[in-house]
This record gives sequence, structure tokens and C-alpha cells, in this order.
Amino acid sequence: MTIKILGTGCPNCKRLEANTKKAVENLEVDAVVEKVEDIPSIMKYGVMSTPALVIDDIVQFMGRVASSDEIAGLIKSQIPGLTP
Amino acid sequence: MIKSFTDWLVYGLAGLSAGTHFSDAVHFFVYDTIKIGLLLVLITFIMGAVNSYFPVEKVRKFLSSRQLYGGQYLLASVFGAATPFCSCSSIPLFIGFLQGGIPLGVTFSYLITSPLVNEVALALFIGLFGWKVTLIYAGSGILLGTMLGLVLSQFGLERYVESWVWDVARQQTGRSVLLVKNPRFIERLPGILREAGAIIRRIGLYVLLGVAIGGAIHGYVPTGYFQQYLTASNPLAVPVSVIVAIPMYANASAAIPIMEALVTKGIPMGTALAFMMAVVGLSLPEAMILKKVMRLQLLGIFFGAVGGSIILLGYFFNVIL
Repeated sequence: MTIKILGTGCPNCKRLEANTKKAVENLEVDAVVEKVEDIPSIMKYGVMSTPALVIDDIVQFMGRVASSDEIAGLIKSQIPGLTP
Repeated sequence: MIKSFTDWLVYGLAGLSAGTHFSDAVHFFVYDTIKIGLLLVLITFIMGAVNSYFPVEKVRKFLSSRQLYGGQYLLASVFGAATPFCSCSSIPLFIGFLQGGIPLGVTFSYLITSPLVNEVALALFIGLFGWKVTLIYAGSGILLGTMLGLVLSQFGLERYVESWVWDVARQQTGRSVLLVKNPRFIERLPGILREAGAIIRRIGLYVLLGVAIGGAIHGYVPTGYFQQYLTASNPLAVPVSVIVAIPMYANASAAIPIMEALVTKGIPMGTALAFMMAVVGLSLPEAMILKKVMRLQLLGIFFGAVGGSIILLGYFFNVIL
């Protein structure tokens, strides 16, 4: 699983990155967390408000910071077998 | 109700005697802090809810998929007013609009009004100046965005947009999909509250500082004091206050309460409005960010046009208000 944080380096983007890393650590899933700061790459996702969270190339939300609990929920819903 | 509560708090509980400079200042501070605090909570919440149902991606879709016969400038300006603005999103927003086929002029309409008419400025204006001045401020902000977008669209400024922006704007947004969800209000609520809380935490201290300075001015500076220095007939007052305002962006939330106090002490309303529009709407950090997508000429034209129009509005308000 590849998780991308799209953001231009604003404080909110850094907070989202930290929350995401925490969620991945807590869940102990095999996931790569990647920060995307390059504007053309961000624009490819059709995102206009940063930060945004992308899991396996699907934009989950944009323009806000989510808590690590919420991100954990999103990650879990992507793993078959883990979904209740 | 807030006033009698403040009276009780300041004159009753704290035991200050009414009519002294100090008690006037304290009364102003307490009264305005409570009133502005309540308005900030209310308006950031309303704006957050609007944004949750109508994010900028939907605005883009609306503007790019409809034939609006010139109405798109006004609509972009109104959308700009209704959605919260964050300068760190201005580049994705700028490119995103062009990518959606929205003309540069319409994009400018949005970019001008979005910072100018925002939730924090509105809450402060309603609390400090009342509905009439708030409507004048918001109305002229929306009009400014509409007119300038329309005017700027006439000059073929597209050539001053950095060429890589057009390359990005031409590329398809192919390989990714946004999950289409439409959560119910109760599911949106935590996010809306969190955003509102984050805004209030970010600006709270500035507002308190501004209200405290405003309170001190109310209490200690004699009424009409500034009339001897700054009159509506002084032709330089408006442009000077607009230029002084540009580097003060971070303190917009502090500047508005201070200006309110200065207006009661004799600073002309039009000059004050021009100053506040410039503090809120023209920001150096935003200019630095937009420099990445606009050539210097365009940045100069853009900020010059907005600044110049604010100066004209200031003169106009000094005549009519």
C-alpha cells in the first residue's frame, strides 16, 4: 500500500504527514508514506485544496487535516479481510 | 444582554467605578472580546459548513461546465467570498481553475475576493462596525473582484503566466479518482468544528491583542483626536494607509479592532475601510507564493490593480459615508 500526502509544505501538510505516519505505526500495516510536494504531481490528482491524502492513487479527502484515528479507519477499509 | 453582563462584570464584580479612562478601556475590552468571540464561533462554523458542502472542486466544476454569459465573473467573486481562503492553497487553486478551462480573468475574480471577504474579517466587521459597514465591505469586495476580473481579462495577460503552468493545466487528471461520498450533516460536523476551532486558535491571540489596544485607545485617546491629522480632505491619507497596510497581513485580525477604535477617535471611515481592505486582501506572503506561477509583470499588474482600486474605493467612501 502506498499512502501519499499531497501538499506544498504548509504547516497543515506537515501535521497530516505526522498523523498518517502515526496511524501506519499503530496499525502495523505494510505501507509506504510518501510526501508529494511537486505541484505538477499534485495537480495530476485534481486536488485544489491542500493537504490531501491519497491511498493507492485514490484521493481520500482534501483541504483538511485528519486525525490519526480517522486515517487508520481509512487505511483499514482499504485492506480486504480487515474490513468488518 | 452582553452589555449588561459586561456592566455587571466590570462595575459589579471587579468593582471598577464607571467613567474613568481605565474602566472605559476594560469595559470595551471585555464587551468586544465576548461579542467577537461569539461571532467568530458562529461565522467560522457557518463558513465551515458551506465549505463542507461546497468545496472549491465543486466551484470549479460549476464555473467550467456552464455557459454563464459574463455572469461567471460575479459568480467566481461570490464563490470566493463564500469559501475560506488559505494562501498555501493558492497555487493548486490557480492552476486547477486554468486546468478546468476557467479563463484567467474569472480566476482573478475568485483570487481577489477570496482573501478579501473571509470568515474572520466578516465576524470582526459585524462585531465592531455593525451590519451596514459589513455589507458595504463585503459588497464592495465582491464588486471589486467582479470588475477587476472583467477588466483584467481584456489585456491578454495569459502570456505572463509561467509557461510550465500551462503545461500542467493541459495535462489530464486521469489516473486518480476522488471517492464520491456524500456524508450526512452529523458525519460532517466533527470536521467542521475542527476547522472552525483551528481558525479561532490561529487568530485568537491577534484578536485579543487588537481588542486590547482598541480598548486602550477607546479609554485614553480623546474623541476626535485624529481629526487634526487625518481628515477626509487630506488627499494622501488613503494611498498612504493602503501602502502601509500591505506588509501587515499576519495582523489582519488585530488591525480591524484597532481601526474601529481609531474611527471613533476621528479617522475617516473611507480611509479606515481602505486600510482594512488592503490589510486583509493584499498580502506579501500570497504574492511570494503567486510569484511561482505568475511572471513579475503579471504579479505587478494584479496587485497594482487591486491596490489602486482599493485606494479609489477609499476616496469614494470618504465622500459618501
